Amino acid sequence: MRKKKYDFNVVAISKRSNIVVSVIIGIIAISCITPYLIAFLISFASKSSIDMYGYQLIPSAFSLESYKILSLFGTEIRNAYLTTIFVVVVGTVLVLLITTTYGYVISRRDFRWSKHLTFYVFLTMLFSAGMVPNYMIITRVLNLKNTVWALIVPALVNPYWIIIAKTFFQMTVPKEIIESAKIDGATEMTIYRKIVMPVSLPVIATIGLFSTIGYWNSWFEAMLYIDVDYLNSLQYLLIRIQANIDFLIKNASLIGPEAQSMVQNLPKQSFMMALMVVSTLPLVLAYPYFQRYIVGGLTIGSVK
Amino acid sequence: MNGIKVSTNNKKNKSRAMEWVKHFVRDVRKYIGLLIMALPTIILIFVLKYLPLPGMYLAFVKFRHQGRGFFYNMFHSKFIGLDNFKFLFSGGDTLLMFRNTIGYNIIFIFVGLVVTITVAIMIHEMLGETVKKVFQTFMFLPYFLSWVVISYIALSFLSDSGIINDFLVMIGKEPISFYFEPKYWPFILVVANIWKGIGYGTVVYISALKGIDRSLYEAAAIDGAKKWDQIKYITLPLLKPLVIILTILAVGGILNSDFGLFYHLPKNSGPLFTATHTLDVYVYKTFLVSGNVGLSAATGVFKSVVGFLIVLITNTIVRKIDEEKSLF
Repeated sequence: MRKKKYDFNVVAISKRSNIVVSVIIGIIAISCITPYLIAFLISFASKSSIDMYGYQLIPSAFSLESYKILSLFGTEIRNAYLTTIFVVVVGTVLVLLITTTYGYVISRRDFRWSKHLTFYVFLTMLFSAGMVPNYMIITRVLNLKNTVWALIVPALVNPYWIIIAKTFFQMTVPKEIIESAKIDGATEMTIYRKIVMPVSLPVIATIGLFSTIGYWNSWFEAMLYIDVDYLNSLQYLLIRIQANIDFLIKNASLIGPEAQSMVQNLPKQSFMMALMVVSTLPLVLAYPYFQRYIVGGLTIGSVK
Repeated sequence: MNGIKVSTNNKKNKSRAMEWVKHFVRDVRKYIGLLIMALPTIILIFVLKYLPLPGMYLAFVKFRHQGRGFFYNMFHSKFIGLDNFKFLFSGGDTLLMFRNTIGYNIIFIFVGLVVTITVAIMIHEMLGETVKKVFQTFMFLPYFLSWVVISYIALSFLSDSGIINDFLVMIGKEPISFYFEPKYWPFILVVANIWKGIGYGTVVYISALKGIDRSLYEAAAIDGAKKWDQIKYITLPLLKPLVIILTILAVGGILNSDFGLFYHLPKNSGPLFTATHTLDVYVYKTFLVSGNVGLSAATGVFKSVVGFLIVLITNTIVRKIDEEKSLF
């Protein structure tokens, strides 16, 4: 009791410096979210208010104009969402299967080839062939160009995550339990299903989250491997629209005269921010819940 | 005499080989479950990470499509030796590209280090757990956004009719065409990079700070050390190993550049070339824009080999400092 009171007084910073520190950290923290919030608000600015007042931090009049125009491209956006969700779900499930099984196998110290297989994956962290040979394998050998698998396959193997999983299993699955299960006649599959899988939830959560963010935000694969419009992921749709907003204006004339006139009055920047908001909102709303698993993953990974 | 010796040796070798095969077969049987579990991944790693390695030979040939499989085409293309590498180093922009890649990395490492550690210590010393959590959550937002998304957000600030120019006009100054003037970009790129990484970066240091024994501070406080002295004489020295390791590992990646940061954030704008051209941008553009397979592959090979050597050297240095922390 005495000690607690004591160290509060002595070790903690003074009230006045706490205020100073809190204000500085507060300013940094707020400057981390304001750019997104500002872009969010701009998506509600109407063309007329922009013409009159420019981009205000808080638009004088809120309007859903940009979102209405956005809805004209509902098919493109829906396709991009479907592609992205497919890639995230299928990709993450496969990544988890690969990472946890392989990580578990190389975590077994009694397994004769665990060291060899660890080195086999570790070497890929140190040396890579580079973009061009990888491109050739995906397009010429596996023939994945312009398929949804080109967005999934290149990111399936992540050596860092495999090492994290290995470390995790070495810490959480005692070898005595595995030995006794083997004596009882359990097969490796049973051991994995009954003993290993139930305790692997934390590592599944962490790696699943990293993989979800990774696939949701990936665009490089799409830039390399996708040339067809119906396989645009959300990120790639953003890239293509930013590179050429006329691409949309051109498409609008196909939709009808009404759409065309709307697009001519396009509040370009609000429209782009609306697209940005639509493509990020799920992740932005969910991330505060995800965050602690990243911290968890860092602590798992830091123990070698 | 000699003949007998050889024959016994042969016999020994033979029986040893037999023994090895026997053991091998026995172990395969013993661990068949684990092997089956790992097999799909073994194959996948082979296809995705090892099969591309022979493709590095592309750097030494003039690649020609011959209507056959990729490897056939490659090995039947004309061998041109080091011509691609010569071209890479004789190009007018080579120096600029290396200067940018290495220069930005050095700035990122040092500015990042100072900012991240300062912020981490401040958060760690701050009172009020809830406020701390909320602030940290705020700082994590940019980590979840891709460079593509960030380039959109940047547009609302930097474009001709963006917020910054609106403000400049309002206070009676000339507006700035950010996407045409390279002189602002070193600053923009550094700020953007720190902005995106600060949430993640501080977490690493905060978890290290939590591991420091509190009694050290108490003892120092009893001896009359002020907070500032405690940070200077306890916190910083104890963080030093982590700082050294992370820095050296970052140095290992000095030829890498975040492609999204240097390509999407400046909107791939031509006039910004001098400030944004890096090795990775070059690899991408020579391959997918100019279609020069050999030159792009050569740049990739150079990057991989030099990067690998740097990692080996830095790892040796890390091992000298603290064996536990070395990568291998």
